Amino acid sequence: MTAATNARLRSAKAKKIREFITPEGVDLELKIASSGLRLGALIVDLTLISLLLFAFLLLMAWIGFASRSDLAEVVWMLGAFVLRTFWFIGFELGQRAATPGKRLMGIRVVARDGGRLTADAVVARNLIRELELFLPLMMIGNGMSEDAVSGWTVLAGVLWSLTLSLFLLFNRDRMRMGDLIAGTWVVMAQRVKLDADIATGGDPAGAMQFSEAELSVYGIFELQELERVLRGRDARAMREVADTIRGKIGRPVAEEDDVFLLSYYRQLKARLERKLLFGKRREDKYASD
Amino acid sequence: MQPETSPAPMSSIAAPAFSTSRFRAEREADWIAFDFLLTRLEKKGAAALTSDELLQLPLLYRATLSSLSIARATSLDKALLDHLEALSIRGYFLVYGVRETRLSRIRRFFLYDWPAAVRSVWKETIVIALIIILGALTSWSLVAHQPEWYFNFVPEEMAGGRDPRASVEFLQSTLGHGKAAAVDQESGLHVFATYLFTHNSQVSILSFALGFAFGVPTMMLEYYQGIGLGAMLAVFTNKGLGFDFGGWLFIHGTTELFAAALSGAAGLRIGTAVVFPGARGRLEAASHAGRTAGKVMVGVILMLLVAGLLEGFGRQLITDTLLRYGIGTLMLLFWLAYYYVPRREDVT
Repeated sequence: MTAATNARLRSAKAKKIREFITPEGVDLELKIASSGLRLGALIVDLTLISLLLFAFLLLMAWIGFASRSDLAEVVWMLGAFVLRTFWFIGFELGQRAATPGKRLMGIRVVARDGGRLTADAVVARNLIRELELFLPLMMIGNGMSEDAVSGWTVLAGVLWSLTLSLFLLFNRDRMRMGDLIAGTWVVMAQRVKLDADIATGGDPAGAMQFSEAELSVYGIFELQELERVLRGRDARAMREVADTIRGKIGRPVAEEDDVFLLSYYRQLKARLERKLLFGKRREDKYASD
Repeated sequence: MQPETSPAPMSSIAAPAFSTSRFRAEREADWIAFDFLLTRLEKKGAAALTSDELLQLPLLYRATLSSLSIARATSLDKALLDHLEALSIRGYFLVYGVRETRLSRIRRFFLYDWPAAVRSVWKETIVIALIIILGALTSWSLVAHQPEWYFNFVPEEMAGGRDPRASVEFLQSTLGHGKAAAVDQESGLHVFATYLFTHNSQVSILSFALGFAFGVPTMMLEYYQGIGLGAMLAVFTNKGLGFDFGGWLFIHGTTELFAAALSGAAGLRIGTAVVFPGARGRLEAASHAGRTAGKVMVGVILMLLVAGLLEGFGRQLITDTLLRYGIGTLMLLFWLAYYYVPRREDVT
């Protein structure tokens, strides 16, 4: 990886982050959810809705057949309508402001102005969904049923409706038409477990010491990648990383990979954090020390 | 366990007096307690917490936020930073998110928010109402003079035989039994009412949702609704059944057409906000309009539920034309009073 691609990756990441300052004055740095996650959440929700509708249909058909009344039909029609229209609204009004699909993907709905997510905003964003989902389908359906309309007209209609449905691909904030109108965003809201602190605890047997020169080759980016590898505990990845570091600082292969990496990680972290306290933040190995 | 500040003979770096590990050890208990409270709050709501715990909540929240600030400035432990960030975000939305119970939210919606939202779109409502009337007048005048026009306005399957060729007796009979006869002889009134409700709701949701395209599709949809209405009216008046048809329409039509006009008005509000944002930014204006429109739309769906009941049950059971007019007028007066009679606003 070169300095340029590294910088590009970082700026791409930074582009997804939106300033979100709490009344206490802390910036929560919300991350905009990617379109892939949004699509995944939608697919999960639609699947769940269809499964529920199917089960509900079977139940109502059975009841209707058993009781020989058409009341079951009414319950079915009302139930289907309520489920379709209020599935999203109901879940997004809850504490976690996310449907089951969104929860699974670790995303949630947030008011763009940082205020409370109000019920009317949730209603507005979800009623627009009706249009975004069904307009392209309706256009295709219309084209199929009316032979008089030429293929080009249908195509134009579908394309026009698709620009509405795919609106979120065309703006930085990944806002649907509904988000735009309701004043909302969908942001990442994953839960992150607090992993053990690998910088403390007993030093492993045969812990090594590194010199200042050996530690000065890497920056924060590399440190955090190393942390990821250490937490991953994948022997092959550790071997690869350990060999790369050894090659870079010119050490022979003399000790276990995990002992080597852990010692190196702890000392590099201590060094970089000390620099940080003095106001020097070295983003990656390409930055000056 | 060895002390973390072990001597470092080869490296010249001595561990600093402030260590991020020590920072974590000192604060970790707070984070865990906060996480625990949040999880319970998310699962069971505020009722699950004792008053002591509720008092603890903002303290723990602020402690976590302050930890996040310190960690960002001093720590390079990615797992720790990510955890604190996620915890703070969760905490922020719970601490600042919930301010009233569901019940009081619903109460406020019916008492203030719904009528206030409808009141605030009064200009758009008038415009849409005029458009519907204009549509009705257009098709009425055309069909009244040249009945063939009717077939351009109302599709064959929708008409169910109610066209200019039909006999007076047949038309009379459709007013007696209503559309239910045409739709499905077998199924009962309640099935018919439900069908009408879900169908109409979907149409009005569409007319609302189309609003953001500068309101043009919304206006077209409403115009089209007016056209269908006017054409029907012309057929019945030509046969001298205008008064009866009026009653047939009036009993639920005041509610249904009112709801249709409101859904169009909600769409139009968004459309005009996008075109003429005023002093605010376009996005801000759109989101402001969207919230008002969202409230109106919940009301529209409720109104359509009432209209569906009136159409499915009321119209089929009540066949006296005067009584139909009476109920229709009563409903109209009710809605007008509910929405537009001024009241003391104590919205907090």
